[in-house]
Amino acid sequence: MLMLAGALSVIGCGQKAEQPAAKGEKAAGEVEQTEEAIESARDYISIVGSSTVYPFATVVAEQFGKTTDFKTPKIESTGSGGGFKLFAAGVGVEHPDITNASRRIKKSECEMSAENGVTEVVELKIGYDGIVMANSKKAEPFKLTRKEIYLALAKEVPDPSGEEGKLVPNPYKTWKEVNPELPETKIEVLGPPPTSGTRDAFVELAMEAGAKEFAWLKALRKEDKKKFKGIAHTVREDGAYVEAGENDNLIVQKLDANPDALGIFGFSFLDQNTDKMQGAFVDGVQPAFSAIADGSYPLSRPLFFYVKKAHVGTIPGMAEYLEEFTSEKAWGDEGYLTEKGLIPMPEEEREKYASIAKNLTPIVCDEL
Amino acid sequence: MNNSSTMNGSRKAGRTIDIVNRGLKSRYRKEKRFRLYGILSIVASAAFLAFLLTSIVMNGYSAFLQTYIKLDVPIEAGMIDESNPKRSNFQGIIKSAIREYYPDVTERREKRELYSLFSSGAAYQLRNNVLDNPPEAGTTLSLWVLADDDVDMLMKGHMKRDVPESERRLNDRQLRWIEKLENDGRIEKRFNTTFFTSGDSREPELAGIWGAVRGSFYTMLVTLALSFPIGIAAAVYLEEFAPKNLATDFIEVNINNLAAVPSIVFGLLGLAVFLNFFGMPRSTPLVGGIVLMLMTLPTIIIASRAALKAVPPSIREAALGVGSSKLQVVSSHVLPLALPGMLTGTIIGMAQALGETAPLLMIGMVAFIVDVPGGFTDPAAVMPVQIYLWADSPERAFVEKTSAAIMVLLGFLIAMNALAVVMRKKFERRW
Repeated sequence: MLMLAGALSVIGCGQKAEQPAAKGEKAAGEVEQTEEAIESARDYISIVGSSTVYPFATVVAEQFGKTTDFKTPKIESTGSGGGFKLFAAGVGVEHPDITNASRRIKKSECEMSAENGVTEVVELKIGYDGIVMANSKKAEPFKLTRKEIYLALAKEVPDPSGEEGKLVPNPYKTWKEVNPELPETKIEVLGPPPTSGTRDAFVELAMEAGAKEFAWLKALRKEDKKKFKGIAHTVREDGAYVEAGENDNLIVQKLDANPDALGIFGFSFLDQNTDKMQGAFVDGVQPAFSAIADGSYPLSRPLFFYVKKAHVGTIPGMAEYLEEFTSEKAWGDEGYLTEKGLIPMPEEEREKYASIAKNLTPIVCDEL
Repeated sequence: MNNSSTMNGSRKAGRTIDIVNRGLKSRYRKEKRFRLYGILSIVASAAFLAFLLTSIVMNGYSAFLQTYIKLDVPIEAGMIDESNPKRSNFQGIIKSAIREYYPDVTERREKRELYSLFSSGAAYQLRNNVLDNPPEAGTTLSLWVLADDDVDMLMKGHMKRDVPESERRLNDRQLRWIEKLENDGRIEKRFNTTFFTSGDSREPELAGIWGAVRGSFYTMLVTLALSFPIGIAAAVYLEEFAPKNLATDFIEVNINNLAAVPSIVFGLLGLAVFLNFFGMPRSTPLVGGIVLMLMTLPTIIIASRAALKAVPPSIREAALGVGSSKLQVVSSHVLPLALPGMLTGTIIGMAQALGETAPLLMIGMVAFIVDVPGGFTDPAAVMPVQIYLWADSPERAFVEKTSAAIMVLLGFLIAMNALAVVMRKKFERRW
């Protein structure tokens, strides 16, 4: 074993020694642009991060690659948290230039970056994404409130008798038990696993907001935020909530086969499957492009990407990629990203972030 | 008397043929049942395979055809930038050609709906056409351009026309425009060459498997170049030269153990050693090939040792008897005789590596890569990764692409396994 490992590492080194030479030839064309390249040059942009932003970032990257002389950026879908981890590891060609995120960077992540030498991080918001609860068109659309979503999906809920301060394990088996106006079908919700950003956002936007409708829980939030989050964010584990994996297409297929079930996924999947699926009304609003854009649909969240300022100017095409992403033809009201299901920001906000992209204004960790 | 009659009786009952005859029927029945079980299991496996293959083929065969629309593109003076034709506004030229064909569409929103029937790839098609063959001003180019994936789904029948407007992605107006194209014979399905010549794309009609095929090719080349010599050298040493002691027993146990280690573990090892420690470039066939080499090595060593064991000792003894050295025995007698078996093992190991995604996830090869890789250090994806990425895409048209990519991958696997069988048949020696 050891002998083998030794032999491997020798071969590994040999290969590595050859590789910059091959790269040198390839990148010869772009050497003029990147004379101050950090170490051995990388001639394409490397992007990691959220699987929710992935469908949008890839479209921009492809458009960028086809309309400019730069290479098409490489995009990995690692999840928001995984993306920040890679992004924060340091400055240099072996680290990614940009990370996509379906939530804001955390203070701890920002500080970790600074420790590793990534002192200047530029934050760019790109638009909004709606989270929908949808079911098959073979059944009636659901009309839910956030409170009902909380009651149906939380692991522990306030005692139905109304006694304050008492939690019981979730007793609800059917929707009718949650609210007599709802259909008498079993509660069965297919949703993403805890590693997913969609799940984080759903728990925060739907369940936490629902829990706050109970006055004593709201009071608890002020006293003991951690305990409140434990109550509001814990999804039941008795089979009513089924973790269906990160593949949203799979959820759509399962919903089609089972008209009684509800699914949780990003708006873009509903948008592509309007012939099979319908979105549930949440607090009286059905998820639609316009309702998410004007903020009347409650379950929507902003999407971001973060840029390593030290890499702009050293990795070819960074500034141009930012320009493409922040152009009206991409993220504007009628841009090509809206066709992929991105909900655009209002014009003022777009102008604000376009100017940040231009001036590369970094964020300050302490303000997070 | 009494005694002798019982003896007689027992001799009668104990005649071997009687015992055989008595049991014969049930023995035949047993054999019949056993055969039946065998046939049933074969039928069951064949049925599963047939079900899998038909569902893939039924889903995927339509991906080999793609909908094209014939568009007359009038080229007027000034449309093509004379000094730098590459920089001309090809999207604009396509749009004006579309407007010309539908003169009654004037409202802004309607125009957008109209343009969305055509793929964004149409402009690139026009650009390539113009750059290869610069047209004179005043001529009209007649081009078959790609239709949008929604139109493609409609033409292939995956989108129904007779359902209410809200339940399909094309509205009634767009359907009327498509009918006009159909009446003029300007829309047809053709063989999808894009699928076999281009890299990944977020537009289903522009997406192709070629980038992934090339990525797989480079990755497999690295795997083969490293694992074949190392695997065979290790097997020959262990089998022919190594002393039989505790240390070699320990190595043997470890190799067998490694063959059963989940492949994601090799990915983690690759991430820690090759990317973080040696600083090799992420997402490249070079690193992917090395990681897959680690994974296939045990398979190759085990198969090679079995092949070496199968060479009869008499051959070694005869060679030694005429005065060959140990090295000569191995290199000119044992190795050539064992080689077919070793090659079979190698090919099966490579076929396994070809279908692997888990270890590649950790080293960044599960990524969106548009440019077709041109070497070992270009970022690349491999075929199973491409299948995974397409299966996860929201656009409906990627469903058939996914199945088509599976068919291509299966084609490669069948070819590799068939090669292994042919080589075994051809070089096989019986003693």
